[in-house]
Amino acid sequence: MTAPGTTVFSLPKRRRSTDRRRGALATALRQPSAIIGLSIIAAFVLMSIFAPLLTPYSSKAVSCGVFEPPSAAHWFGCDDGGIDVLTLVLEGGRVSMWVGFTAAAIAIVIGSAVGILSGYFGGWVDTVLMRITDYFLVIPQIVLMIVIAAVWGPSLGHVIVVIGALMWTATARIVRSQVKTLRERVYVRRVEAIGGSHLRIIMRHILPQLGPLLAASGVLAVTVAVFNETALAFLGLSDPNAITWGVIMERAFTRAAISTGAWWAIVPAGIAVALLILGCYLVGRAIEDALNPRLKISHLALRTWAIRPLGSTEDAKPRAPRKSPTEKGAGS
Amino acid sequence: MHRGRYIWRRTVFALVTVFVAVTLNFVLFRVLPGSAVSRMSRVPGASAELKAALERQFGIDKPIWEQYLLYLKGLATGNLGVSFSNRQPVTSNLAEAFMNTLPLVLTGTLLALAIGILLGVLSAVRRGSVFDHTMTNISVMFYAFPTQFLGAMLLIFFAGVLPSAGMMDPFAVALSPGEQFIDRVRHLILPVATLTLTLYAEYLLIMRSSVLETLGEDYVLTARAKGLSRGRIIRSYSVRNAMLPTVTMIALALGTVVSGAILIEVIYSWPGIGRELYQAVLQRDYPMLQGGFLVITITVIAFNYLADLAYAWLDPRVSD
Repeated sequence: MTAPGTTVFSLPKRRRSTDRRRGALATALRQPSAIIGLSIIAAFVLMSIFAPLLTPYSSKAVSCGVFEPPSAAHWFGCDDGGIDVLTLVLEGGRVSMWVGFTAAAIAIVIGSAVGILSGYFGGWVDTVLMRITDYFLVIPQIVLMIVIAAVWGPSLGHVIVVIGALMWTATARIVRSQVKTLRERVYVRRVEAIGGSHLRIIMRHILPQLGPLLAASGVLAVTVAVFNETALAFLGLSDPNAITWGVIMERAFTRAAISTGAWWAIVPAGIAVALLILGCYLVGRAIEDALNPRLKISHLALRTWAIRPLGSTEDAKPRAPRKSPTEKGAGS
Repeated sequence: MHRGRYIWRRTVFALVTVFVAVTLNFVLFRVLPGSAVSRMSRVPGASAELKAALERQFGIDKPIWEQYLLYLKGLATGNLGVSFSNRQPVTSNLAEAFMNTLPLVLTGTLLALAIGILLGVLSAVRRGSVFDHTMTNISVMFYAFPTQFLGAMLLIFFAGVLPSAGMMDPFAVALSPGEQFIDRVRHLILPVATLTLTLYAEYLLIMRSSVLETLGEDYVLTARAKGLSRGRIIRSYSVRNAMLPTVTMIALALGTVVSGAILIEVIYSWPGIGRELYQAVLQRDYPMLQGGFLVITITVIAFNYLADLAYAWLDPRVSD
């Protein structure tokens, strides 16, 4: 990347470096934690696609008694209206994941646009955009979401827009700092000197380099979006006609599932949220750690004062035990 | 001198942010089409006189700029209007709720910080050990659970053992002050436990990775070469430097504390500011909603400002 070439001969270098970068994403996704995370996400996506085929019951019609405990016919029992909880959770997953992924996509698009503009053009554009970002960063988003959702009225579309439009700040900041370093790279300067337009430089030379970073923040944004959706729904600000995991938990809570001891009305939805968030988190962290080489070096030995060569992790390999699944990049 | 300039700039930023929040509050509630106050005069079947009277009462008949000035004037004198639901001034409602929230949020956050930072440092130093695996996995699990779910689980598990709703036993008036205090502490346990569990995981993971980053720095190598003890290196070199990114991250994660506190107050019927906000939403009590938004936002801005000051104190290099 930092090859000081201005001639055609340095072209192969650029290619090698893109390969390495693509390699970072590939390495990250080969980590066991990322594989576990990806399989969790894939399982949820498949389950919500085939949701109607997976249960014989309807989420609208009564199929059993009020708060009936789990049985062979109703694996997760029934809720206060005599509706099969498994069906509700599968149905809720569809909407919840739709909300999560769409809101995260909105956040990533806004965040990367702001970050790229700010980091690429610098100057007053940077100052203005970062000021706005700073304000959005400080104002507690959940409260703003509550206020906006309350003023606009409960609807799924509002929830998606509100979550998406308030979550982009973190992405904007990371993307900006990354673009600022990319901007100074020799190959970008060269394209500029040849006369490439700003749009072309951004689309062809900067955006592809941001791939892994955007993937990581996108996946992590899904976790925040799903969290916020359940929180808004729990406060009664989601669409009353759409079933989401948040709405299932809210209903179970307000209709006294806890005091009647009907844990099955609330546990499956909660576990589903937790599993999806766990999956996204594992993938996001794996990519982030692969992008951060600083976590790989440690001068402080694990248990003893054994000497480790500076910067070389190869020699230390037999000594360092496996890392935890959350911080894979930290060790091997 | 540099530090003075830094503090001055953060102060200006905090004040401007407060102003932005105040204006945002005005725009959200008054200017946007279909906003709350403009809807207030649209009482179904209202006579023209009633409509005019309502508009005059809320000052909607005046041009926007005049309304804005009136609103700022009201804020400056601490007048946030009257709550629709209990006809008390919003300010006194909020002040009471705020004092109730404080013990809950402070205890929970401080506990979470202590646990998260301690376990984070230990996991980073023993990276890869069984301890590290257990700690990070458990905290990722707690990180993944939604707050309201965790709260509901604790409610189910401790249903008969610990009080599950409110701040104190309403029938405990006859008790001695000591017993009343114990009663309050017992009511605090479940909400604080929920808040701590939802917050500590994030702090642990942040602390762990920033300590791991410092362990690779040259000054740690130098410290080892000087022959300093392991504990000294960890305490004075690693953790001290790792605190810098941690302070920033924790300040940015304040929003988590706020959303956690709101959900917890709703679950445990804690008469704090989050629950006031929730009830304002349910009852469409717009003056309370506005007031709650302002109070929470200004509190978060204030804590961010404190974090900035802490940063300047921890890191003498800041001059940016």
